[in-house]
Amino acid sequence: MTYRFQFQVIWENWDLLLEGVGLTLQLSALAIVLGLAIGVVGALCRISDNGYLSMLATAYVEAIRNTPFLVQLLFIFFGISSLGPRLGSFQAALLALTINFGAYATEIIRAGIQSVEQSQIEAGMSLGLNRRQVFRLVVLKPAVATVYPALTSQMVLLLLLSSVVSQISTRELTFMGNFLRSRTFRDFEVYITLALIYVILALGFKLLAQLCHRRLFVFTRYI
Amino acid sequence: MRDFSHLDIVFALLWAARWTLLLSIIAFVCGGAVGFLLMLMRISPLRPLRYISWAYLEIVQGTPLLIQFLLAFFGISILGIEISPWMSAALALTTFTSAFLGDIWRGSVDSIPVGQWEASKALSMTYAQQLGLVILPQAVRRSIAPTVGFLVQVVKGTSLASAIGFVELARSATNITNVTFEPFFVYLVTAVVYFGICFPISVFSRKLEKSLAY
Repeated sequence: MTYRFQFQVIWENWDLLLEGVGLTLQLSALAIVLGLAIGVVGALCRISDNGYLSMLATAYVEAIRNTPFLVQLLFIFFGISSLGPRLGSFQAALLALTINFGAYATEIIRAGIQSVEQSQIEAGMSLGLNRRQVFRLVVLKPAVATVYPALTSQMVLLLLLSSVVSQISTRELTFMGNFLRSRTFRDFEVYITLALIYVILALGFKLLAQLCHRRLFVFTRYI
Repeated sequence: MRDFSHLDIVFALLWAARWTLLLSIIAFVCGGAVGFLLMLMRISPLRPLRYISWAYLEIVQGTPLLIQFLLAFFGISILGIEISPWMSAALALTTFTSAFLGDIWRGSVDSIPVGQWEASKALSMTYAQQLGLVILPQAVRRSIAPTVGFLVQVVKGTSLASAIGFVELARSATNITNVTFEPFFVYLVTAVVYFGICFPISVFSRKLEKSLAY
């Protein structure tokens, strides 16, 4: 028996998949922005002289990096909800993705900040910049420029990881695919299409990241 | 109906972790073998081999692991082969592992200065000798720490096998929750068990990184 491929179901339901892509991108973008904020704060905590703060940040990073995202997600969605505040699947998904990305971002940004030499900071101070300006312009920006490749590949991983939130019925791309499969039974066609869409999204994001790198870090050309 | 004490839950989860460990080991061994071939192809002087390997790495690294599991389970059956969750989980995780290990090892080989290749060539070694006697022994040393570190990703990756009905640690947690209605406790213990497996590996990897550094 030979198998007949029928990609028709994909064309007929393209709006469903597009809606899924929309939510996948929305979730990823929000998690990246919020996670980066956590990352900067977390990195500052990790390198701070306050022992409690740095221990707290280390515990956060290690706890998240050494447990599967699926368990984190289920813990937040079912575990936390069972105790009190009821989270919707979108909120739980966003929260889990943000917490997850925040931990990786913390570690990456910390590495970047520690790569900035002390003499740079002193030079900034002697130019009359205040502490805030020194942190923003002399420490953070070059730090992010240094770890930019690691940071963007972590973002791609986040984009791919967001497929897991289909497990708590967030209506993103993978959920839509599962839905389509259960209605049409065209297993292979649906999943190969999903794989293709994810590859395109990942490659597109990588391209975008490279373009941004040129615009964001013009100064690196002079170093 | 029988009640479950908290201790029962903990033991049930610990017992379920054996499938997580077994799946991780299988994926790591098989993925390592395939990854080694991919690395050889990626650095080979033959262009078509390099392109095939590159495309494989890009595609596998560009698709979510969850989709790979679903494809391996639901997709393979179109070939007319009945595939068990066990087989498809091992297959998907092997694919995933091979792509990343192949990339890690290619990186370590690339980090060996090109002078080493040239020097061994000047000693009239064959390609196999250059690779086997000069390059790989040095590259292995550089690749050990990231390889062990990647093992954590494999262990965490096994949790997604639950999506295709393979009963490992994460799936058992869901099953137990459905009976006990204690998601907070069950998922917390599950996370702790995963942490207990992964954290020592992470620490070990970091230690290796320090002790093997030049």
